[in-house]
Amino acid sequence: MTAPNQSGWRPEMQVAENGLLGGPATTTGNRALMLEEPLLFEIGRADVTGVDLPVVDASAPNRLAGLERNAAIGLVGLTEPETVRHYTRLSRQNYGIDLGFFPLGSCTMKHNPRLNEKVARLPGFADVHPLAPQATVQGALEVISQLGEWLCKLTGMPAVAMSPKAGAHGELCGILAIRAAHEARGDAREVVLVPESAHGTNPATAAFANYRVEDIPATPEGRVDVAALKARLEVGGPDKCDVAAVMITNPNTCGLFEKDFREIADAVHAAGGYVYCDGANFNAIVGKVRPGDLGVDAMHINLHKTFSTPHGGGGPGSGPVVLSDALAPFAPLPFVRRQADGAFYLVEEEHREERGPSFGRMTAFHGQMGMFTRALTYMLSHGADGLKQVAEDAVLNANFILRSMEDILHAPFAASGPCMHEALFGDKDFTGGLSTLDVAKGLIDEGYHPMTVYFPLVVHGAMLVEPTETESKAAIDQFITAFRAVVERALAGDEALKQAPYYAPRRRLDETAAARKPRLVFEG
Amino acid sequence: MRYLPLTDTDRAAMLAKIGAATVDDLFVDVPEVARLDGPIHDLPLHASEMAVERHMKALAAKNLVAGDVPFFLGAGAYRHHVPASVDAIIQRGEFLTAYTPYQPEIAQGTLQMLFEFQTQVARLYGCAVANASMYDGSTACWEAVAMATRVTRRSRAVLSGALHPHYAGVVKTMAQFTGDTIADAMPAITPEPDLAGLIARIDDQTACVVVQYPDILGRISDLTAVAEAAHARGALLVVVNTEPVALGACKSPGEMGADIVVGEGQSLGVGLQFGGPYLGLFAVRDPRHVRQMPGRLCGETEDAEGKRGFVLTLSTREQHIRREKATSNICTNSGLCALAFSVHMTLLGEAGLRQLAAENHRLACLAADRLARVPGVRVLNTAFFNEFTLLLDGKPAREIIRDLADRGVLGGVSLGRLYGGVTALDHALLVAVTETTTEDDIEQLARELEASVKETV
Repeated sequence: MTAPNQSGWRPEMQVAENGLLGGPATTTGNRALMLEEPLLFEIGRADVTGVDLPVVDASAPNRLAGLERNAAIGLVGLTEPETVRHYTRLSRQNYGIDLGFFPLGSCTMKHNPRLNEKVARLPGFADVHPLAPQATVQGALEVISQLGEWLCKLTGMPAVAMSPKAGAHGELCGILAIRAAHEARGDAREVVLVPESAHGTNPATAAFANYRVEDIPATPEGRVDVAALKARLEVGGPDKCDVAAVMITNPNTCGLFEKDFREIADAVHAAGGYVYCDGANFNAIVGKVRPGDLGVDAMHINLHKTFSTPHGGGGPGSGPVVLSDALAPFAPLPFVRRQADGAFYLVEEEHREERGPSFGRMTAFHGQMGMFTRALTYMLSHGADGLKQVAEDAVLNANFILRSMEDILHAPFAASGPCMHEALFGDKDFTGGLSTLDVAKGLIDEGYHPMTVYFPLVVHGAMLVEPTETESKAAIDQFITAFRAVVERALAGDEALKQAPYYAPRRRLDETAAARKPRLVFEG
Repeated sequence: MRYLPLTDTDRAAMLAKIGAATVDDLFVDVPEVARLDGPIHDLPLHASEMAVERHMKALAAKNLVAGDVPFFLGAGAYRHHVPASVDAIIQRGEFLTAYTPYQPEIAQGTLQMLFEFQTQVARLYGCAVANASMYDGSTACWEAVAMATRVTRRSRAVLSGALHPHYAGVVKTMAQFTGDTIADAMPAITPEPDLAGLIARIDDQTACVVVQYPDILGRISDLTAVAEAAHARGALLVVVNTEPVALGACKSPGEMGADIVVGEGQSLGVGLQFGGPYLGLFAVRDPRHVRQMPGRLCGETEDAEGKRGFVLTLSTREQHIRREKATSNICTNSGLCALAFSVHMTLLGEAGLRQLAAENHRLACLAADRLARVPGVRVLNTAFFNEFTLLLDGKPAREIIRDLADRGVLGGVSLGRLYGGVTALDHALLVAVTETTTEDDIEQLARELEASVKETV
């Protein structure tokens, strides 16, 4: 038994039981370009810094009212070369779009154009304070205004709220506007209808806004059951509808367009309710269909999905919400308006008349400016024609994968017609106790980021594959070859798949142990 | 189109495989009335990289860059020097173009970084545990109030009058819908915060008291008595911090008895960016409260070979598992901003953070002393870190700010803007000073402020 290194790795681990890894052990635990990296707190020192700062005389008089922090904080530092190496080594344990195909369904992992990054870093955008006098930030306000205009035209909606910080924050914005609109007409309602296939954020948002969440049933072909929905709207009789809103994702999370959306919207409107559309899947229809033409009252747009702002390892997102005329007056503060002389200004709390019945502020300042500049850059690059092509190629790629897999992999809605930008599969025919999780981990070994797994909940062992439009045919062909090979192993009950991945920086991680006794900070 | 790899030959071959004649056959489920027959007509067509850059540069040129003039704005967003290596690291594609680490075997980079980040934030705040970040300070503030109502099973929150008005605004907006009661107040323009008055507002129904430290006027004071009073009534103390650099010089909220500490992390690594994206920080002092926390948490574990590794954990609190019973509807965090914060904090280390804080405070003291000598100008604060309030002898601070901008100085934030319409606050001006401020900048502000106060009626 050799001594473990700081990560707990021991040289004898090099040789796996099944002999798949092979090769002699290394003394460091590294494997050529695959480098182990200790925790910052194991290599940093309290007295080391990577920033040259003036040393201030600690005995000089101060105005800290005796609140000096005398005890050690417990932070550690690294010099610049050590810092760059630490994070570069960590980065190499990550999978990103830049590295390969990332078909994470519902997340739209498309290429992030580097022009967006360059533009967002222009000092005129990056080095501007949110509370600077408005005459000195006219360009920033104009970016918000221009982006808002693009979003309105692309969705066919009359208004947009720009401040929500991410998709779920945008959902909250839409639902709060709906509650405010009902309350303003003295018609408080209690229920929001959400399909079972919805993103978890939908019911969580509605519950947060004090609504009772009820499921909308689905048809066997994977769409909202319109008859059941209408029956629910009629419960209680005419003029007694308690449904405030429906929240429907379109295209839905089964990858299908809700073809009866207009009929649903009309029924909900007739019952005095509002229609919230989860715009997470807007990439499938951008430039092809305007949600405003389908009767939507509110829809958030994830700029980090359809409009290519980077996902950044989990945020920051940005979730502007387009609004119908009925909901627009209730939009959150602040918002940008234009004076007669062409100057832009922010409507804030103090504009008592102009703010109208706005439900108030959702965040400090004015929204995710750094994402606005990137998204606007993306839109200008593509133009109306390029964005239409985006939707077409995204949908084409997904259908190509659907039709290239359906002969061997259960595709529950393949008979429902073409899919939109994502193809949904299930684990029905796997044998030997193999599951969707095993397929996902097998794909990791093949060099892919797995698809979304176990979502939506309506399909057993769901696998949701979203290729996006920024993949070449060669890349998609190669993925299909690998995906088919892994699926064949699952169908054949290949035991070895249960141990995958073999070649990732880590083997399967014990999530149960992590949750049972949480270790959330470094101790020591 | 430079971002779309499919060729027409590819498209034809793929359509043939699918069995569709044209791509529009794939959109058959879209009702005919809603189908657009061509590109949306009143939007421009695609453009070259050069043309787009030109368009965006023209917009950027219409803004006055903070770094080009003497600059003194704060009020929840601070201009600090960000080391060059921070941006180089966050632009690595493996960080920039990764997603939420749902597949931990190939996301150890993000996960280990988050574990280190959580440790840094917890220690900075004097807390046991921090989460993997939230949208920004203001939304973290609301999440703290919501968490306090869950922990105490009470629904009344008492806000200090010196809480950032945008933060108070967010809390009040959310509470309208959840049915919680928010007792807020206007800031009293006094040299020291009225903690006794705050304590008197805590009652047996109070879930939490929310206090900003340093507060919106830049004042700092010992919050131990507030913590004790809150605890005596069964309430929690929520402390909000909008300037993390302050905690390199000032006692941490955890040391003073705060139960939940939240804040804005933008000062380190992130930059001004006209208000976003920023970085919400969230920590709790008592580890037993972890399961009531909102947001993502990264935890340590082992892989099948016994190697240390990290995963997202305790996700049974979260919306994708719990749906309508989740602790919060939040899905994303602010991952890339958390990375920027963490890299900057790593470069500083404890020694650098303390030096940075000391330099901020030294320059702020210098500025306060110099500005106090401007006729008609008074410094309100007894104590402060790097931001303080000036009283302008009854002159309207908003107009003076605009006038200073015309004179080439971004002189601060007027309380009249922050508390729009509250005339009692119109003559107060918030001035922030950081290590990026030079002594020349201070001198220029003092000179121009003197002229402006004299000339403004």
